[in-house]
Amino acid sequence: MTAEAGLAALWFAAALAALQLVMAAMGLRTGREDVLAATRPIAVVQGVLAAIAMGCLVSVFLASDMSVRLVVENSHSAKPWLYKLAGAWGNHEGSMLLWVTILGIAGGAVALLERRLSERSLIATLGAQATIALGFYAFLLFASNPFARVFPAPPDGLGLNPLLQDPGLAFHPPTLYIGYVGLSVAFSFAVGALVTRDVGPAFARAMRPWVLGAWIFLTLGITAGSYWAYYELGWGGWWFWDPVENASLMPWLAATALLHSVTVLATRDGLRAWTVMLAVVAFSMSMIGTFLVRSGILTSVHAFAVDPRRGAFILALLAIYIGGALALFALRVGTVREGARFELLSREGGLVANNLLLSVILGIVLIGTLYPLVAAGFGVQLSIGAPFFNKAAGPVALVLLAVMAAGPLIRWRRDDAGELMERLLLPIAAACFSFAGLFLLGESMRLLPLIGLSLAAGLAVASVAPLWKRNLRRTPLFTWGMVVAHLGIAVSLAGMACDSAFTQERLVAVRPGEPVSVGPFSVTLVGIRPLIGENWSGLEAHLAAARGGNTLVLTPQLRFFANPPTNTNETAISTRWDGQLYTVLGQPDGTGRWQLRLWWKPFVTLIWAGGALIALGGALSLLGRVSRERRVALREVWA
Amino acid sequence: MKAKHQRLSLALLALGAVVAAGLLALSALKDQAAFFYAPSDVQREGLPLGRAVRLGGMVAAGSVSRAHDGVTVRFVVTDGHATTPVTFAGIVPDLFRERSGVVAEGSFLPDGSFHATNLLAKHDEKYMPPQVAGAMHETRTLR
Repeated sequence: MTAEAGLAALWFAAALAALQLVMAAMGLRTGREDVLAATRPIAVVQGVLAAIAMGCLVSVFLASDMSVRLVVENSHSAKPWLYKLAGAWGNHEGSMLLWVTILGIAGGAVALLERRLSERSLIATLGAQATIALGFYAFLLFASNPFARVFPAPPDGLGLNPLLQDPGLAFHPPTLYIGYVGLSVAFSFAVGALVTRDVGPAFARAMRPWVLGAWIFLTLGITAGSYWAYYELGWGGWWFWDPVENASLMPWLAATALLHSVTVLATRDGLRAWTVMLAVVAFSMSMIGTFLVRSGILTSVHAFAVDPRRGAFILALLAIYIGGALALFALRVGTVREGARFELLSREGGLVANNLLLSVILGIVLIGTLYPLVAAGFGVQLSIGAPFFNKAAGPVALVLLAVMAAGPLIRWRRDDAGELMERLLLPIAAACFSFAGLFLLGESMRLLPLIGLSLAAGLAVASVAPLWKRNLRRTPLFTWGMVVAHLGIAVSLAGMACDSAFTQERLVAVRPGEPVSVGPFSVTLVGIRPLIGENWSGLEAHLAAARGGNTLVLTPQLRFFANPPTNTNETAISTRWDGQLYTVLGQPDGTGRWQLRLWWKPFVTLIWAGGALIALGGALSLLGRVSRERRVALREVWA
Repeated sequence: MKAKHQRLSLALLALGAVVAAGLLALSALKDQAAFFYAPSDVQREGLPLGRAVRLGGMVAAGSVSRAHDGVTVRFVVTDGHATTPVTFAGIVPDLFRERSGVVAEGSFLPDGSFHATNLLAKHDEKYMPPQVAGAMHETRTLR
């Protein structure tokens, strides 16, 4: 019954989305008040219905209802409940349902909360949102129905890919999807503003919290995904330039650019056309990301099923939305008035440089990600990996970071080069000092990590410099947000540079009792014991890692899953204040020796700590903006 | 600065940045794109020496052996027509086994063998790297 209820809710939601689109179009054409007024509640109910459908799917998974095909294919009654829950979106259909659910809820939230924008622009925005939703409802209902039944029902399910049986999975996809879909709201705002020819600070202020929110979630999703890959895959790396990772990085780059340009539009009424363009690009990147991950073009843990029809469907949606938005942009860009002017050396100029450099990086990542697919279309098999991205995007990123250090210290409108240099003296001194210090002390650091670490030092100083000589209590929350986020980038950069400069690795086959040294540790294999888990059996190594007088115990495991039959390596990681000891247990070699792979990674944790700081900065900024700009509006709503 | 000049200089700046980035990307693409080879491609086209490539195929039955250090693995990759010996130092992926698909990243040595720096095996029973499926399909040995 639950499955049928979910399907019905989905159909009703799709019908309401169609109605929402028609009402918005009619209301805008005729200008009738009653039609305009009816659009808001429809959007809210549509969101509620989508949420009900998702709730039905989750309850079917929790109840292990084996008459639903999706449950059979992706779950097993012996699975821990968290993975039953996560299994609801750990597959193609379920994850697409989650996508439209978040889309519907976001649309409902816009309808419910947005009071600042002109009524016409808001209705146009809701119409655009309904158009997007309609496409994805069609995709779900016609090409990937999550509620399809099987008859006869099998006794039990096939299980979930053990690599995905991890607490991280329960939160990673929803986080990223909220980010992706948040950008769809920015896209709808941009389309709405174009339709009503109303591109200005009010539009920017309405859009900004959504962009900020999406950006926070994308940051969290990428950070969590990176840490998941780091400890789950057991390769000791934290970023692989895998197309699936790029699919989440590209919207983030676009959203970062949008975040900065929307500020120029909101505060100085500049960069109008460019901001609208970026909003379209940002959501296009979300769509391309969804297409890459969901179409089965890429094979990875994320590509759940290879069905060419689905790929074609998403590609068609992609072409319609991006093409439509770009066509609208081309038609209407002439009517967007030129924004306020500014000098090149000004905060606006710095933000333009930020946007330009971010767009260049985005272009490089896009080329590197799509080129192998295009080449495959011409019958050439090739893959593009880390060397390409590091070589092409690395230098641009370094320039971007230098601009980032200076940007917040430049005044709006116009600034004096000499005065700016004075303000930058301290950060530059910090960078030079750490460069010299590392050069003299570090025995043989490669150039890039050396530059990275010195830049991180300068950046850290520069990012807190805006607080210099200010009354900290009176400093607005969004200024704090900027400071914290920029500091997070410096911290993350320092972590990356430390990881690439100081990591030590050992790969050995040892008998119990033989010590192996890695970094400051002496690691000894004490013994191996068998282990039984909830739905797996395995082997666990007991490692003793000694440093100074202290001994740490690490227990990396090999796990064997029965359904589906798979082995996984469970890494054991010990986090110290100055880094992580990372251990992987390999196979026995048949003569009593066991393979061990050990890494000592000084300060690697800074990478994710930085990511968390960036997201925290975003949250502070969002809080500051919302509390300042919505105080009045919210009072009206709740009064 | 006049408005016209400002727009012009901004546009030129943007153009310059995009061209520079394009050149950067192209030069990196030329050096770094790793092409995919099956053992019979190597037989036909010769050894692609001195560049990072991927080698894909099946791990030949009975070919996996371990060196004395306990961490170097030797095996033979086959696509049904030709074979290439591979050495790899490291922990093999969870689903690396004989008669199963594998993609090795690394480079060819002048003696025709392959030095792998990374192995990608299929993640689960449903998954096969598309390159492997393609190479297998061409030589029609996929059972």
